[in-house]
Amino acid sequence: MKKNIALIGNPNSGKTTLFNALTGGSQRVGNWPGVTVEKKEGRLRQAREVTITDLPGVYSLSPYTPEEEISRRFLAEGNADAVINVVDATNLERNLILTLQILEMGLPVTVALNMSDVVEKRGDTIDMKKLSERLGCPVVKVSALKREGMGELAATVLEQASSCPRPPKNLFRGELSKAISEISGLLDGHVEKKLLYWYSVKVMEHDPHVRKTVPSSVLERASETVRRLEEDLDDDGEAIVAAARYEFVDSVVKGIYYRSKKDGKSVSDRIDEAVTNRWLAIPIFAAVMFIVYYLSVTSVGGYMSDWVNGTVFEENVLPRTAEWLAGMGVEDWLVSLTVDGIITGVGAVLGFLPQLLVLFLLLALLEDSGYMARIAFVMDRILRRFGLSGKSFIPIIVGTGCAVPGIMASRTIEDERDRKITAMTTSFMPCSAKLPVIALISGALFGGSAWIAVSVYFIGVFSILVSGVILKKIRGALGKASPFVMELPDYHMPSVRNVLLSMADRTWHFVKKAGTIIVLASGLIWLLTSYDWGLNSVDAGSSMLASIGNALSPVFSPLGWGDWRAVVGTLSGLVAKENILSTFGILFGMEAVAEDGAEIWTYMAVIMTPLAGFSFLLFNMLCAPCFAAMGAMRRELGSWKETAFAVGYQCAFAYVVALAVYQFGLVVQGTPSLWLIPAVTLVAVAGYLFLRSPRDKEEDETLSETVS
Amino acid sequence: MRTLKDAEEGERVKVISVSGDRTLRRRLMDMGILKGSDIQVVRVAPLGDPVEFLVRGYKLSLRKKDAEMVGIEAL
Repeated sequence: MKKNIALIGNPNSGKTTLFNALTGGSQRVGNWPGVTVEKKEGRLRQAREVTITDLPGVYSLSPYTPEEEISRRFLAEGNADAVINVVDATNLERNLILTLQILEMGLPVTVALNMSDVVEKRGDTIDMKKLSERLGCPVVKVSALKREGMGELAATVLEQASSCPRPPKNLFRGELSKAISEISGLLDGHVEKKLLYWYSVKVMEHDPHVRKTVPSSVLERASETVRRLEEDLDDDGEAIVAAARYEFVDSVVKGIYYRSKKDGKSVSDRIDEAVTNRWLAIPIFAAVMFIVYYLSVTSVGGYMSDWVNGTVFEENVLPRTAEWLAGMGVEDWLVSLTVDGIITGVGAVLGFLPQLLVLFLLLALLEDSGYMARIAFVMDRILRRFGLSGKSFIPIIVGTGCAVPGIMASRTIEDERDRKITAMTTSFMPCSAKLPVIALISGALFGGSAWIAVSVYFIGVFSILVSGVILKKIRGALGKASPFVMELPDYHMPSVRNVLLSMADRTWHFVKKAGTIIVLASGLIWLLTSYDWGLNSVDAGSSMLASIGNALSPVFSPLGWGDWRAVVGTLSGLVAKENILSTFGILFGMEAVAEDGAEIWTYMAVIMTPLAGFSFLLFNMLCAPCFAAMGAMRRELGSWKETAFAVGYQCAFAYVVALAVYQFGLVVQGTPSLWLIPAVTLVAVAGYLFLRSPRDKEEDETLSETVS
Repeated sequence: MRTLKDAEEGERVKVISVSGDRTLRRRLMDMGILKGSDIQVVRVAPLGDPVEFLVRGYKLSLRKKDAEMVGIEAL
């Protein structure tokens, strides 16, 4: 019979590993509606008609963060027939606090005691039978990593899912217990019977959601009881309940956990002594980041991407498909649409697939091993002033390879606002697709100077930091800021299975979502460059896109590059940044263009001065990223509206930077233009947005620290 | 009153109060920092903030600004 089991537990408790073990490869990943939190569902291996829903990792069921709200709501609305609570045996007390809160909801719970092998290795033991008695629910020993105990766990849970629900055991004592009974009496009949106990505890905790369901007159009287207890115990209701839970948990643990006499530093402690050491931490971190960059951009990732793009597509797939279709008598335009439009577009996606795989692999390794938390710990202080989190460093580094996995890497950032700001600013970093454009401008207009590339990287970082400050001060637009209270989990060897699954899963997801966008967009660009407004087949130079380029030319002339070909080039960059070169190639009548565009350097010099070229480069580096990256942003930000805001912001930012650089450059060259006035105005506006005092008091920290 | 922000590396302290806004307080309590809890300062991050604490057998990092909300006394 169809059943739904909820899987819940602390972050780092091995929940994901357990989920993978229980569901095999049958997972479906999506988002919970309305939020950017990942939702995973799968079918139980041992009984395929049973669905397992993986709830987000949470430390509690408080009503204050999106993850907790989702979990709470899922359980309270009766979506689960039974619950598997993964408990990390090496962290019993804190994990059991969550267990108590789930038990309060009166649902059938099975505790999956994970990592007890680690506990045993220390020489300690846990009396599971006693634990089960005290909690009032079954406890099954499992090792998610070694896949032990899965059968027993499944059987226990299924049995629970079919059994009759029982009212929750009251685990509180004394005054608190009496107060809760009193409140239950008052609430009886006004709330769902199943959740009566739970609601009573929530009232005691001053839970804001309770106001919506409990009639206010009833709530008034119940609050009286709460007030009396608060006076008696001289403390806040929420604190009283928290303390009571810990009291219970402490007494349980004392009775079931037998500590061996062995003491001393664990392996994790010793690693941390080096990794978070005052002197070694940053060099070690720099080394790790360099390795990530090297592996993904220069060596493995870059090399393989070049191979896919060059050998596979350009030399084989494209020409052969064209031949084959033409040979079958397919109409020219259809061949062109298929080969030049769609397959080329798809090729753009598949082209950086190897790079994506490498980046996702490295990301999974960093996360799974536990090192990611240390990065956040070490780098937090600098980055948080700029509206970013310590963990924002990863997306930025990864983004130098490709913005797509970079943006997706922002998912590891817990704070919603920091996560969104990171997702929106990652693409300011020059990715490997932007390198050919840098080489083009540098070669054509600056004699191949390396300073161009260096400056682009610096400007990228500068843009991220400045944008972080500006975006952070847009109150309420990006979600709530939450306190930085972060666990530093024990290190452990990354599980090969988890890492590979994560890598495959994320890559596949990206290909599906972004892939669709890219195919459509490529088709559109193909259409716009192959036909004029009368749908006659023409050269790119007379096409619809060219006329659009011409029309937009006045917009870009204050930036120094109003030539329609430069505009068209920029537009084509939306599909993939390196397309800018091939587009210029086509527009200047070249067959093929090298990696640095050497063939078209002379043409470039004709349409742009060096200053204008630099402005052009900056605009393209900072403006909206390629469609694939926009797709990734959509996934992390959760709505098209926010994605549109992000893209709009990026374009506006790019425009102001390019304008300022060009206009101030003209002043330096001694030939100022009237456009200097709007340039100065816009920079002043940006300056205001950057320096203004924040409205929320929690943001006071940014201002005072940036200024002092 | 001394707060967690003032505790030195290696020091072991006991929590006597937790203040601050509701979200922060709840978060701290959920993570094991409440009246009567035993906390040890492990180390300060290389750049001066945040600070790593040993709480109920596991490692937790807190910003100094938030640590200031926790009143302590020596153990």
